[in-house]
Amino acid sequence: MALYSEKVMDHFQHPRNVGKMDDADGIGEVGNARCGDIMRMYIKVDRDTQTISDVKFNTFGCGSAIATSSIATEMIKGKPVREALKLSNRAVVEALDGLPAYKLHCSVLAEEAVKAAVRDYYDKNGIAYGDELKMDCEHCTACDEHQSAAKAR
Amino acid sequence: MYVYADNAATTAVSKTALDAMMPCLTECYGNPSSLYAIGQRAAEKLAEARSVFAQYLHAQTGEITFTSGGSEADNQAILSAGMIGAKEGKKHIISTKFEHHAVLHTLRRMERLGFEVTLLDIPENGVVTAEQVRRAIRPDTCLVSVMFANNEIGTVQPIAEIGAVCAQAGVLFHTDAVQAAGHLPIDVQAMHIDLLSLSAHKFHGPKGVGVLYARKGIALTNVIEGGAQERGKRAGTENMPGICGAAAAFREACLHMDENAAHLIPLRDKLLTELSKIPHSIINGDRVKRLPGNVNLCFEGVEGESMLLLLDEKGISASSGSACTSGSLDPSHVLLALGRPHEVAHGSLRLTLCETNTAEEADYILSVLPGIVDYLRDMSPVWDELEHGQRKHQI
Ligand SMILES: Cc1ncc(COP(=O)(O)O)c(C=O)c1O
Ligand SMILES: [Zn+2]
Repeated sequence: MALYSEKVMDHFQHPRNVGKMDDADGIGEVGNARCGDIMRMYIKVDRDTQTISDVKFNTFGCGSAIATSSIATEMIKGKPVREALKLSNRAVVEALDGLPAYKLHCSVLAEEAVKAAVRDYYDKNGIAYGDELKMDCEHCTACDEHQSAAKAR
Repeated sequence: MYVYADNAATTAVSKTALDAMMPCLTECYGNPSSLYAIGQRAAEKLAEARSVFAQYLHAQTGEITFTSGGSEADNQAILSAGMIGAKEGKKHIISTKFEHHAVLHTLRRMERLGFEVTLLDIPENGVVTAEQVRRAIRPDTCLVSVMFANNEIGTVQPIAEIGAVCAQAGVLFHTDAVQAAGHLPIDVQAMHIDLLSLSAHKFHGPKGVGVLYARKGIALTNVIEGGAQERGKRAGTENMPGICGAAAAFREACLHMDENAAHLIPLRDKLLTELSKIPHSIINGDRVKRLPGNVNLCFEGVEGESMLLLLDEKGISASSGSACTSGSLDPSHVLLALGRPHEVAHGSLRLTLCETNTAEEADYILSVLPGIVDYLRDMSPVWDELEHGQRKHQI
């Protein structure tokens, strides 16, 4: 049995939408190098339709961190901003045909990177948003989940 | 090209070992405790295997106990020394911060049993000193356990000097020689080693077989209770194929030790030299006092698991001490003990070669790896900032 599904390996080996975006409307960065994973998501927003017209990412991290970043960009590209916000880590994991339990924190990072990019876009444009977007590292449970999953192994 | 460069994790079983194992599975299947001929033939093979280990370790046959591997030997060595100490009211154990988990977790258990454990700091070059050990010894110290060679960074410890310090202080000395056995000369008498663990699958023997050497007069505490095998110190019908394969592999490794080292050291040194030319990389551990086949470096701005997956794609099997490969949030305790910052430790790469690896394979690794490091740095959001001074390079 391979560590990762074919889907994960495909996105890891051929990441979609990788790179920097110089004229991004919103940039979100989550994770930290100490923990071993950092994701930065760039979005370009069409003002008329409020859809995400382009998205790029840069990631420092393991195979599943890179694969989840890649598939998350595909899942939100062309979508209305409000809909992109609904991207859940569960949906990301399902789209990848699953991840090993101790790798689930990486999918949480992808969801949060998208949210962080949208929040940045809202902030820059004076668009009000609800509590669901007002998250910060202190409320992120990714690290705890990772650790309990590691213990469970 | 396929390159297996993870020989510290495990090795391929050699033809010599396999040839020694097969008869135990076919015609010579007897139980060495049985009195009839086929059992006695097995008993002879067992005695022969024991004498091979005794010979090359400079020990006596009665000092060799076969176990299920390095982990069990480590567990039994530490538990036994602790029980001996406890009888005299000595409940202090000295070890190091970069031992294998088989030792560290056993020490944690000893703490729960009321022992006090001192773990020595690891100097920058990954080699602890006998002086560090000497200073840590107290009147109530019952055991010093220092590994012969580290499994991640390959650094070789001054075992003879530490042994002399322990002998002088009258403290038992255990060494986890799992990575050293079959690769470096071991003389338990000259080195004043009281207890030693080794494992067959690190020198082309089978998995699941280990040896605990315990100097005559040191009473072992059973980890496994049951029958009277192994002088009553380790119950269970002997793993005959495993033990015979282990002995054949050990003899072969010891007979070819110098020639293997002469082949490996130039390959190791070339890899260390060339890979350390990659900007913002650092060699982990002393360049000279290290196992002949061990190469270990950190590359800043690269995460280890991604590096391993890309190497695997190119047909190279290697390992890393990154958090994501250990399945915990922290990178390897060995690299942290060496003083590498978390950010840097995540980008470690270990290549461990054996005598069947070739110069062409080393060149192939060198042709592939720099490109992988560049690719991952390019993808990283951090690298850009490091290169533009928005973040400080740590190495
Ligand atoms: C230094 C060291 N000690 C102990 C062990 C455990 O040996 P085994 O796998 O035979 O239980 C290993 C193996 O990884 C090791 O490298
Ligand atoms: Zn990860």
